[in-house]
Amino acid sequence: MKRFFRFWYEFVVGDDWVIAVGLVAALGLTVGLKDAGAPAWWLPPVAVLALLAGSLLRAT
Amino acid sequence: MRSVFLFLAAFLASGVEAVEALTIVLAVGITRGWRSPLVGIGAAGLLLAGLVAGIGPALKEVPIDALRLVVGFLLLTFGLQWLRKAILRASGYKALHDEEEAFKQERDEAARAGHEVKAGLDWYAFTISFKGVLLEGLEVVFIVITFGSTQGRVGLAAAAAGAAVLTVIVVGMLVRAPLARVPENTLKFAVGLMLTTFGTFWATEGTGSHWPGSDLAILVILGVLTVASLGFVQFLRRRQRVAMGTA
Repeated sequence: MKRFFRFWYEFVVGDDWVIAVGLVAALGLTVGLKDAGAPAWWLPPVAVLALLAGSLLRAT
Repeated sequence: MRSVFLFLAAFLASGVEAVEALTIVLAVGITRGWRSPLVGIGAAGLLLAGLVAGIGPALKEVPIDALRLVVGFLLLTFGLQWLRKAILRASGYKALHDEEEAFKQERDEAARAGHEVKAGLDWYAFTISFKGVLLEGLEVVFIVITFGSTQGRVGLAAAAAGAAVLTVIVVGMLVRAPLARVPENTLKFAVGLMLTTFGTFWATEGTGSHWPGSDLAILVILGVLTVASLGFVQFLRRRQRVAMGTA
């Protein structure tokens, strides 16, 4: 069972869990912004670039 | 446009994974004979096809916005993993995947392993081929299902994956050697960009937000991501050169 979860964790989350957590937070914020009536489409791409940059800096 | 991207992404991703699976199967087959590895490939292929046939249609029952949000998120986590590794490899921070080296390692291990016969099969050759094809194939299934389901084109994505696997098998049979000349990192870079682009597009749509320019936004996201990723490669290369110069 442990190996099963480990496999799926590595398959989906991979080497940097911060990316997955950051994406959840960014998409949650996007829903919040959209529900508040503000334009929200710009947030996910900005978050993606920021998370990628952060992950690369942590890895090097 | 979405269909072209869908086909390309599924074809390239499947091709890369098939090259890696081919390396494992070739090493085992050449060292220990072909019967058991071929049974392993068949068993893994059936299991993977069953996954696509089982999960693909079931996803049609899920509300489209929820599906796009979840699939977009998964494509993003998956795509960013590919892109991150490709950038690290292109900038010299991570070693390039070497199919010839992987082939040698697999071949040496296959030669050293004992001969245990189960169900009339060379068990080592069967399990290594089965696991190799299944693990590489799971990534293909994941891409086929996620990409295909958000656009209602699981069949097209599966056809692209099938075409890629067939191409790699035919080329592999002709050269009977690992496909070391395939520009693997460049392909992974391209696939990572496509997965991340579609992940961003679908996840945003899944939140209920709408892109200005509708489908044209896909091209803009892809362009921005490509420029940014190439910029990251240059930045990291320069950083590494400076670090080496001061060491």
